[in-house]
Amino acid sequence: MADKVLMKGNEAIAEAAIMAGCRHYFGYPITPQTEIAAYMAKRMPKIGGVFLQAESEIAAINMVYGVSSTGKRVMTSSSSPGVSRKSEGISYMAGADLPALIVNVQRGGPGLGGIQPSQSDYFQATRGSGHGDYHLIVLAPSSVQEMADLTIKGFDLGDKYRMPVMLLADGTMGQMMEPVSFDNVETKEYDKSWAVTGTKCERKHNIINSLYLKPEELEKENFARFERYKVIEANEAMYQEYKMDDAEICVVAFGIAARVAQNAIDAAREEGIKVGMIRPITLWPFPKAPMLAATDKVHTFISVEMSMGQMIEDIKLATECRRPVELCNRVGGMIPTPDEVLDSIRAAAQKGGNK
Amino acid sequence: MVVFEKPKSLADVPLHYCPGCTHGIIHRLVAEVIDELGIEGKTIGVAPVGCSVMAYDYFNCDMVEAAHGRAPAVATGLKRSDPENHIVFTYQGDGDLASIGMAETVHSAARNENITVIFVNNAIYGMTGGQMAPTSLPGQVTQTSPYGRDTDHCGFPIKVCEMLSQLDGPEYLERVSVNNVKNIKAAKKAIKKAFENQINGKGFSLVEVVSTCPTNWGLTPVKALEWLEEKMLPYYPLGVYKDRSAQKEGE
Amino acid sequence: MKTTQILIAGFGGQGILFAGKFLAYKGLLEGKQISWLPSYGPEMRGGTASCSVIISDTPVGSPIVSKPDVLVAMNLPSLDKYEDSVVPGGVIFVDSTLIERKVNRTDVTVYYVPSTQLASDNNLGNLANMIMMGKLMDVNGDYNEDGIHAALGKVISARHADMQAVNLKALEIGKNN
Repeated sequence: MADKVLMKGNEAIAEAAIMAGCRHYFGYPITPQTEIAAYMAKRMPKIGGVFLQAESEIAAINMVYGVSSTGKRVMTSSSSPGVSRKSEGISYMAGADLPALIVNVQRGGPGLGGIQPSQSDYFQATRGSGHGDYHLIVLAPSSVQEMADLTIKGFDLGDKYRMPVMLLADGTMGQMMEPVSFDNVETKEYDKSWAVTGTKCERKHNIINSLYLKPEELEKENFARFERYKVIEANEAMYQEYKMDDAEICVVAFGIAARVAQNAIDAAREEGIKVGMIRPITLWPFPKAPMLAATDKVHTFISVEMSMGQMIEDIKLATECRRPVELCNRVGGMIPTPDEVLDSIRAAAQKGGNK
Repeated sequence: MVVFEKPKSLADVPLHYCPGCTHGIIHRLVAEVIDELGIEGKTIGVAPVGCSVMAYDYFNCDMVEAAHGRAPAVATGLKRSDPENHIVFTYQGDGDLASIGMAETVHSAARNENITVIFVNNAIYGMTGGQMAPTSLPGQVTQTSPYGRDTDHCGFPIKVCEMLSQLDGPEYLERVSVNNVKNIKAAKKAIKKAFENQINGKGFSLVEVVSTCPTNWGLTPVKALEWLEEKMLPYYPLGVYKDRSAQKEGE
Repeated sequence: MKTTQILIAGFGGQGILFAGKFLAYKGLLEGKQISWLPSYGPEMRGGTASCSVIISDTPVGSPIVSKPDVLVAMNLPSLDKYEDSVVPGGVIFVDSTLIERKVNRTDVTVYYVPSTQLASDNNLGNLANMIMMGKLMDVNGDYNEDGIHAALGKVISARHADMQAVNLKALEIGKNN
């Protein structure tokens, strides 16, 4: 208990990254995630690390590409419009099999949008964000403690599978303070013999590259990458169930929306409605198995999200459309209230799964 | 006694460049300098997007392929990862460095990033088949300026060395060419200095190499060299545009 | 099992976020579950600022306070905006120096504290926020010196340790008013 400190989500991400051995951070200011850069600017010089404010998000992600090429842990952070600008570099990193942690503290869009919290970059994150066939591992924390824990896990997953990992948060998560502890931080070492660190004239030169002019070779690379993705889908999906034992209605929500939904579920339970929640912690890989299993007992799914209905597509795919999936959403920087979610739950209870 | 051999830092593979293209000469100069300085084992090169995109196969040191224009940002990451032990150079064309990557070029120069930039200026986009470059001359005919570059319509060429010399940041800026033996020797000297500056921690050093593109200029290699001398060199005068250390010594 | 949802609102610069952070830390040090959520963006610099604090015996669900048990209104726009959102039976603290009107609701308990005036009378600069916190803790029955000292130690950096005493004084004035 004594070890718990109050931290903003953004600060917890930064501190956790340092604890995970990240000594290089590159970023460009944008609300609502600038605390991450500010924290890094203060801490990195004191621990022999590098903080550099880049001239753009495009430059920042390419500096990340450079450090990652040398096998070191590195991160960048931004918010929605900035992540769009990083997407080119993210695609290159996926194509060159480079790990890094990319944080998106989402705000409303499209375009310049707003600065209030949103989850409308779900497609961007889970479908790869840039051009070409690839995935990112996408982690969606719903508490400040989880922001810290998943940052550390994100570095490990990236190194393990040699791929970029995205921590997908939102303005509320970034700005809120909750107690957080950094006990028992453990990170693993991974083989990085692929890195460019100079040949020391002792080995053949290493090349970090995503260009394959022969289509046969590029296809082979893509197939191999997707074989790895299959392993990730089989082993790394994370989720949390809440009051699902006897649930007939299943709310699916992540991040801040899951926190709101939890209040609504508690209130609905007091009214005698059997409702629970599956909270995806990884958005890619999406936790399909528990959702498909839930179709045996659940008559309706409700996707609570701060977007026009993006995750709902994954729920339908995961449940193979066996049950109706309703949408309860607010967008543009608005957050659904527990009462709004409760209304959706009540409506679902009344319909009882009948279309 | 060996009188002529391939530099160790150049891989033993055929280059894909067109006949008469000067990329081969510039590659060789860079490789010779790396050999002479004995830095092959700690050098990391960054290849651009453009004709020299496959430079990662040609240099024997560790290599990284960058997104179009982003080589200086990638080099920043490579260098800052281990400043003591990494010698980092980028090899970029005019479209890469002076058009799409201008922000990265200017800001890495402004930061005096301790990297070496080899900038090949041939006044045209070669790889995509001869479009107008940021350095195409006024009136120059290209695929996307078929009636000649109209400066009223699409503006003027960018003189990179002159422009960067206005910044306080960069250590060393020199424009050279490889159109004759004398200039090739001078080019090598400049490239060597640009690497030595990095080894000595002096900072951002850029060598602009005025080059030919016979294929896309529609000229024979010999005519291309003449065109370079008659058209390009008057617009892009050779010389040192900034040498901060020399300046300091002179004061 | 108790959960208290607190909303503190006023102008940027009135120390709204600081006051909330103090309450949150005090709750944390007393073993409670807590969350703290500020409004953010350009309105923080001179416009309205607000801060949601939840102090609970059980894990906190949503950190957003939309129906406060306790509202601290440090200016008129805040009272206008949030008065109706307070739960029936809730409590409203009003800075009566800056807010001339009375609370319209009849189903809540209201405390009028001239905190801005008190701060000025006692040479406490802009510590009206902490005068209000003193009153709030007193009304809640959790004004305890040890907890307050510990929490102030957390929210005031060592560099500004001299600020401890004035903050304590402000809290006391609030309690005794």
